[in-house]
Amino acid sequence: MATEQKMTYETWPASPEKQTLEAKNKFLGFWFFLGGETVLFASLFATYLALKDKVPSSDMALAKDLFEIPLAFIMTMLLLTSSLTSVYAMYHMKNFNFKKMQLWLGITVLLGLGFLGLEIYEFNHYVHEFHHSFTSSAFGSAFYTLVGFHGAHVAFGLLWITTLMIRNSKRGLSLYNAPKFYVASLYWHFIDVVWVFIFTVVYLMGMVG
Amino acid sequence: MANQQPNSGNPRVDIEYRRKKSAEEMRHQVITFALMIFLTIVAFVAAGYEGFSGWFIVPFILILALVQVIFQLYYFMHMSHKGHEAPSLFLYSGAFVGFITIIAFLTVIWW
Repeated sequence: MATEQKMTYETWPASPEKQTLEAKNKFLGFWFFLGGETVLFASLFATYLALKDKVPSSDMALAKDLFEIPLAFIMTMLLLTSSLTSVYAMYHMKNFNFKKMQLWLGITVLLGLGFLGLEIYEFNHYVHEFHHSFTSSAFGSAFYTLVGFHGAHVAFGLLWITTLMIRNSKRGLSLYNAPKFYVASLYWHFIDVVWVFIFTVVYLMGMVG
Repeated sequence: MANQQPNSGNPRVDIEYRRKKSAEEMRHQVITFALMIFLTIVAFVAAGYEGFSGWFIVPFILILALVQVIFQLYYFMHMSHKGHEAPSLFLYSGAFVGFITIIAFLTVIWW
């Protein structure tokens, strides 16, 4: 079956993300990449845990002085909800409903933007109110590397999904672009997986002490 | 073409069946989402509650995070579906190496 072939609601297969060889390779390769990402983030978590609260002088802010429950909670809710909205997008993709898929992807992007905005506010707040910066202490370096790397993943995910939406806006769904949307949504879920550990290990454990 | 649709000989019936199946799955996804929200709230409340000691809270919220991540992987990322043997191998290998790394770093700073 040609990947560019015009599909209809009737001919759309049950697993459009895995119909072609290219799609199957993409699926496998992407999960391999996620395995690698797991190792990458685990080493950043390990570094953070080892360097947490390691500051050169006693008047510098520690984790328990910095983090606030409400902000971390709102950010978590935004990202968690965006994970559900991208599930909705893939649900509509499987039902060959391009417009609704685009709509839910759009909502996902907006929630992701909200998350990113709050993270920028948060970092800015730490730097200006607490003088907690990337170079101020080992704690600061480890914190901004871990959380910043996650933030960069969010930014990249937003760019990726937006690009796919714009590039395919006039094409509609095909077996060529369905795997692209599917893989991008996997990436978005993985960002949420990492965030679950960040809010637990960095924010909640930081507040506990 | 390796198409895995059920085949009753009547395409209309097959589509209806698939639609129903995926609507049902979507309902499960929403339930999963509600559970994830619930676990998140429990974790935040436990961390904010003064009455618990850190020795209880830390393992407790780590377990909640693990459960939530399993929901995310198996339901939102469809790892519960067929054809995810290789993805499981990749992900668990990554998680294993990551776990060793964390253990190594934590024991290095233990004393």
